[in-house]
Amino acid sequence: MAKTVAVPLQPGAALTHRRQVRSLRRAAWQRFRRNRLALLSLIYIGVLVAVALSAPLLAPHNPVQSDIRAAGAFRQAAWIDDANPQRAGSWTYPLGSDSIGRDVFSRLLFGTRVSLLVGLITALCTLSIGVSVGLAAGYGGKRTDNTLMRFTDVVYAFPGLLFFIVIQIAFRDSWAGNLLNGLVLLFVTLSIVSWTNVARLVRGEVLSVKEREFIESARASGAGDRRIIFRHIFPNVLGPIIVSGAYIIPGAIAAEATLSYLGIGVRPSVALDAPFPTSWGSMILDGSKSWESQPWMLLGPSIVFASVTLAFTFVGDGLRDAIDPRQQ
Amino acid sequence: MAGYVVRRVLWIIPVLLTVAVITFFLMYRAPGGPWSDRRRLPEATEAALNAKFGLDKPLWFNGRAASDAQARGENNLLRVGRAYLDSQFFNYLFGVARGDFGPSYQSRGTESVQSVLRREFPTSAKLGLVAITLALLIGIPLGIVGALRQGSFFDHLTLILATTGVAIPSFVVAVLAIVFFSSQLGITPIRRPEEWDGLSTAYLLPAIVLGLGPMALIARLTRSAMVDVGHQEYIRTARAKGLAEGIVARRHMLRNALLPIVTVVGPIAAELVTGSIIVESIFNVPGMGREFVTSISARDYSMIMGTTLFYAFLVVLANLLVDVSYSFLDPRIRVA
Repeated sequence: MAKTVAVPLQPGAALTHRRQVRSLRRAAWQRFRRNRLALLSLIYIGVLVAVALSAPLLAPHNPVQSDIRAAGAFRQAAWIDDANPQRAGSWTYPLGSDSIGRDVFSRLLFGTRVSLLVGLITALCTLSIGVSVGLAAGYGGKRTDNTLMRFTDVVYAFPGLLFFIVIQIAFRDSWAGNLLNGLVLLFVTLSIVSWTNVARLVRGEVLSVKEREFIESARASGAGDRRIIFRHIFPNVLGPIIVSGAYIIPGAIAAEATLSYLGIGVRPSVALDAPFPTSWGSMILDGSKSWESQPWMLLGPSIVFASVTLAFTFVGDGLRDAIDPRQQ
Repeated sequence: MAGYVVRRVLWIIPVLLTVAVITFFLMYRAPGGPWSDRRRLPEATEAALNAKFGLDKPLWFNGRAASDAQARGENNLLRVGRAYLDSQFFNYLFGVARGDFGPSYQSRGTESVQSVLRREFPTSAKLGLVAITLALLIGIPLGIVGALRQGSFFDHLTLILATTGVAIPSFVVAVLAIVFFSSQLGITPIRRPEEWDGLSTAYLLPAIVLGLGPMALIARLTRSAMVDVGHQEYIRTARAKGLAEGIVARRHMLRNALLPIVTVVGPIAAELVTGSIIVESIFNVPGMGREFVTSISARDYSMIMGTTLFYAFLVVLANLLVDVSYSFLDPRIRVA
């Protein structure tokens, strides 16, 4: 008997439920699409992802190989003329060459990899720590909440960059600091401090969602804690999480570049087939030393780097407006 | 209320203690020491220096000193305990409790950390104050105009400017500013040390670079708060009773919109700390930020501890002021 009742109901219920979710998402996407700046930025980021993946195919030269006889040291960018034929711009080296004859443009293309990877992985790590702590603090009892939030307060008091610098210095020369040219250590360093904002945000959202009627009704119908957290609370706090994730990415990219600029970020690699030969931060460091002889060594990475952090911030703004239309 | 404030102030102590423990731990993990920066010293000299500054003692606990004391027949538990804590970390802590932040190892102990900080803090503070003043003076009007002329060309300009300020880190702006000034205008923005005394024009460019991030934060927040307030019913009432638009904007919207700005004081303090490290290093400003970076590479342990604790203290203090002042400014917020 129960079966015959349940069969016609279930598909119907599932359908309406799914349609609701999809239409919410579609509405958000439509709002996002109307923001031309955000859409353009998203396309730009898509292009950069393609560049990062296919850097070896796109780069006209090997980013690590020094080719000083053909390239010359500090060759100007292609459109700049110079009396010295070794320095005059040529389209074989679109952005010129650095002090040991490496093609700046190729290095720039490969640098995309480090920035995007640092941004994405750090955001994922930061979000997973922050969301776990936030969910536990918000949903758990008063004691859990107190313990976790006091802990969060302590971590929050660390001035970010100061702490990044100290961690990088402390672990750079250990085995962990050498994994993937130091990239792994960077992921850890950057996410170990930044999660506090996410945790605070998620906790606040959970505290307000937890008191709503649909949670009560879920509990009344016998749902366990796990089901309530993952099926009822988490989807309802997902919006703010996505938005904050979109802002973490440019922050992480900027922090990596800052550390690399200080010379304690990603290690430059000399292996010819290195997947992560350089990062934009280290290129800006190189460029800032030689801007008088080859200004494009500084301008190139600075412009690309600024455009990427800008694009992610615009996407974040677009997402915020699309997902949560209340706060403009 | 008073109880809440006292509790929050007392909470600073365990926070700073944790910061100290973690920084201390990390610092000593780094290879090298305060004497390995320049040419290599003879081993005997190094040992003598270590002994002089207590760097030969164990890092955390001095078990041997405690058992030695017991072997000598020392029965006073306090003395044995003190011997047990005769370690680098606890000696540093006891020193801090007495207001002594240790010798600066870069100066080979001729100058103490507190005197270095006392000399350099005014420079950093001046830089920070000029930066925050510029940020407020430019950021708030930008946000207001953006909100009042929503969708206009000026609004878009504000938005792009504010986003740029948030998104582009200060080191890029600083480097580009130096290059632009010296190559296009023929001015060298790197000043000599004595030019930082008083409030000279030397502060202007670094302060603009440092204030860009906070300015953008403030502009964005002012704009969104003004837009938010604009939807409130009391604004409609104010307009309905025939008040001039300027008065509505000034008396009714702005006053309420400025409240949320208090909340970003915390993040702005953190931003200024982060920014000052970079900006001071690049512009060669003789302040605490540059001191931190040089002391890191010199492994000047007590200097690293001193600057980190000081910066952490500033950030905690800013957050505390935000929370406390917010409940004063907005009586709707109850203090738990």
